Amino acid sequence: MPKLTIDGREIEVEAGTTILQAAERLDPPIEIPRFCYHERLAVAGNCRMCLVEVEKMPKPVASCAMPVGEGMVVHTNNANVRKARQGVMEFLLINHPLDCPICDQGGECDLQDQAMNYGGDRGRYLEEKRSVEDKDYGPLIQTMMTRCIQCTRCIRFISEIAGTPVLGGLHRSEHLEVGRYVNAAVSSELSGNLIDLCPVGALTNKPASFTYRAWELKKTESVDAMDALGSAIRIDSRGNEVVRILPRVNDDINEEWLSDRSRFAVDGLKRQRLDRCYVRKDGKLVSASWSEAFAAIAEKAKGLAGSKIAAIAGDQTDCETMVALKDLMTSLGSANIDCRQDGAKLDGSVRASYLFNSTIAGIEEADALLIVGSNPRKEAPVLNARIRKRYLKGGFQAAMIGPKADLTFKADWLGDDAAILADIASGKHPFLQVLKSAARPAIILGQGALARADGAAILGLAKKIADEAGLVKDGWNGFNVLHTAAARVGGLDLGFLPGSGGLDTAGIVAAAGKGDVELVFLAGADEVEMAGLGKAFVVYMGSHGDAGAHRADVVLPSAAYTEKQATFVNMEGRAQRTTMAIFPPGEAKDDWKVVRALSDALGKPLAYDTVGQLRTRHPLFGQLGQLHPAAWGAFGAEGALEAKKLVSCIDNFYMTDPISRASKTMAECTASFGAGCGCNHHKKTGTHG
Amino acid sequence: MSNETEMTSFAFTPENLELAKKIIAKYPAGRQQSAVMPLLDLAQRQVGWTSIAVIEAIAEMLEMAPIRVQEVVTFYTMYNQRPVGKFHVQVCTNICCLLRGSDGVGDTAKQVLGVEWGETTADGLFTLSEVECLGACVNAPMMQVNDDYYEDLTPDTTKAVLDALKRGDTPKVGPQNGRQFSAPEGGPTTLTELTFGTEKA
Repeated sequence: MPKLTIDGREIEVEAGTTILQAAERLDPPIEIPRFCYHERLAVAGNCRMCLVEVEKMPKPVASCAMPVGEGMVVHTNNANVRKARQGVMEFLLINHPLDCPICDQGGECDLQDQAMNYGGDRGRYLEEKRSVEDKDYGPLIQTMMTRCIQCTRCIRFISEIAGTPVLGGLHRSEHLEVGRYVNAAVSSELSGNLIDLCPVGALTNKPASFTYRAWELKKTESVDAMDALGSAIRIDSRGNEVVRILPRVNDDINEEWLSDRSRFAVDGLKRQRLDRCYVRKDGKLVSASWSEAFAAIAEKAKGLAGSKIAAIAGDQTDCETMVALKDLMTSLGSANIDCRQDGAKLDGSVRASYLFNSTIAGIEEADALLIVGSNPRKEAPVLNARIRKRYLKGGFQAAMIGPKADLTFKADWLGDDAAILADIASGKHPFLQVLKSAARPAIILGQGALARADGAAILGLAKKIADEAGLVKDGWNGFNVLHTAAARVGGLDLGFLPGSGGLDTAGIVAAAGKGDVELVFLAGADEVEMAGLGKAFVVYMGSHGDAGAHRADVVLPSAAYTEKQATFVNMEGRAQRTTMAIFPPGEAKDDWKVVRALSDALGKPLAYDTVGQLRTRHPLFGQLGQLHPAAWGAFGAEGALEAKKLVSCIDNFYMTDPISRASKTMAECTASFGAGCGCNHHKKTGTHG
Repeated sequence: MSNETEMTSFAFTPENLELAKKIIAKYPAGRQQSAVMPLLDLAQRQVGWTSIAVIEAIAEMLEMAPIRVQEVVTFYTMYNQRPVGKFHVQVCTNICCLLRGSDGVGDTAKQVLGVEWGETTADGLFTLSEVECLGACVNAPMMQVNDDYYEDLTPDTTKAVLDALKRGDTPKVGPQNGRQFSAPEGGPTTLTELTFGTEKA
């Protein structure tokens, strides 16, 4: 391990570390300015801002690209270094426009910040500045290419992390422009991260352009609920409006990336909102007060047997709400509750049967992977980037049964017939051998495989493969269920599932159609087949006027995930809590408070008045951020397989839930990119009609 | 990148495909992308320019993203990004040629061909380009027609070369003033007599 001295402080680091990294490892760290260097991207070494002086070297060296050597003596901030960086800065500013006052990056711009340290107070450059034509990067990214300093971070991100190489440096020297390939769109599901990576204002947030200044925003650290990953996010709001959502670093989950839906569906939080109660009168929803709405429900519920009442929880329903709703249903004598509105054949009995057991970070250790009935690129793009990262390290074999898609990593397509799974389980198919011979084999089971009539049989086959191939061993559990709904694992953990003799989602819909169930609570459930509910009295509680509210007889407005402190359990089983960034609109209230108030109106008051009391109802509320390996057990069933293709549960990446369906930005993305297959260069894979 | 003239598809001719395979085989397995430049050159020799269709065909052949090929194409000016005539006349106007009278060469070429810089004649025979140094400063001024250098030009010799090409003749390549390669004008001035070793002249 080489030992070196940086600014008079000795440090020993492993060989291969760069000077810049070594300086950051000092305590307290020395931060060397940089534009092109990013710790999660390949080293480019082209901005030259990180120049340092190394004794006995004739010229300043780029510290981001220079590996440490034994006995090096480095100066990061002496007069020579400052002079060198001032020179670099002067060159960078030659062609950079001085439009900071109208630039969206202003106030959070690396170039602006560094220019405070190294910029001159006047320019010496009297010649003409160059200007660059703006590029069309689609509805999410605004380009101002004249501002570009050619750090190539965007090129490296889109090629390395996103795996959709559509950006490149075209032409050369003074004419060098970062541009997009003529026949390709910047349609990666992770494209929003380019905005964060851009150290200047060349790539900015298009939907939010010219609507904010960085210093006006209130920054609230929270957790994403647009998919089941539970990515760490920062909600930037102004007044009572969410302006933008950015990722936070969480190496266990999202590193520092965020999917485009989680980032750009924010305008959906302002549209189609339910801000008051509605009661259906003469076939039309008319606005009502809370007491009128509750009275209407109480009248319907009066004297109704518990078996005639049912509740379905939606994909973004928080744990507090599900606890309260389950308690309410129990006190009403109903066992007809379900959190699986897609009908996935998962039950809560064995926790390992519905978790992403390898953990999200752990998937980077897998060396063989079988993906069943899932397109992780659409269902969890950030997770997909992890798998790609694993693939790039080499020694990784992946195969998929289900939709044929470009996953940005090499995966053999075995077919889309569930019978192949049976062949693998019985050893007829050679992929079992691949899994068996791997040190850390893994399987990813998508909701597309579970939400079918033979879902339990497929789950059983997956379990059999797991046992046969040794997916579960000491310190490793490679059995992974990929969820798409933020609420799902929480619902399964809390047992928001049919009680004894209770009906599941399909049963509730069928019974409602026949008139056996007369009162249905939809807690943010919009994906239920509304037409099948027949004449049942439907109470919809949720944030958006989506399918559920259209069918409802009483609408109760509640808060979206940015407007409450609520607990969600992500797909690896990690409970996390959102933070309230803004207030719910109008008369909308926290969901659990609505349920609590309703319980009063129904004459069955719940035993808690504060969220603190509610959270004592289940241990998961006390285990925020923790992961506990789930015990392996018996689950799944044997049964005949349907002759039906395995598909992904997501048709359109950009529109999966009430918030993204209300978002204009997401509608624009759907119009320009299609359903988000994002394939650009493999034009012949046949997945994009 | 210009998309002026559409070329909807591109494929190597069978002979060129053989050649392309030979070129790819020069590089270690898995490093086939290194063949991108010779393959682009081969394609350009076949169809005259490196269109988007060429880029995509080569990208697929070498299993690389088309943008990577496009980066190479736009980096090097010798890859034509738009169609050129049968004869691509490239006149150097850098400092040495300028001092030695490249203005006259350029003006003559424009006049003889009836086109401006960057244009192609109506019959599709000539494209006239202004280029940077081609490394023949010692024989300045010069121009390159396809793979051949015509050096030590004057307006008259420029016209003669272009007229010959128009007629379908093959003008003599190299210096047009009778000079041998880069030897001094008017013949050698040193080493006029042969001496070997310590032998006295």
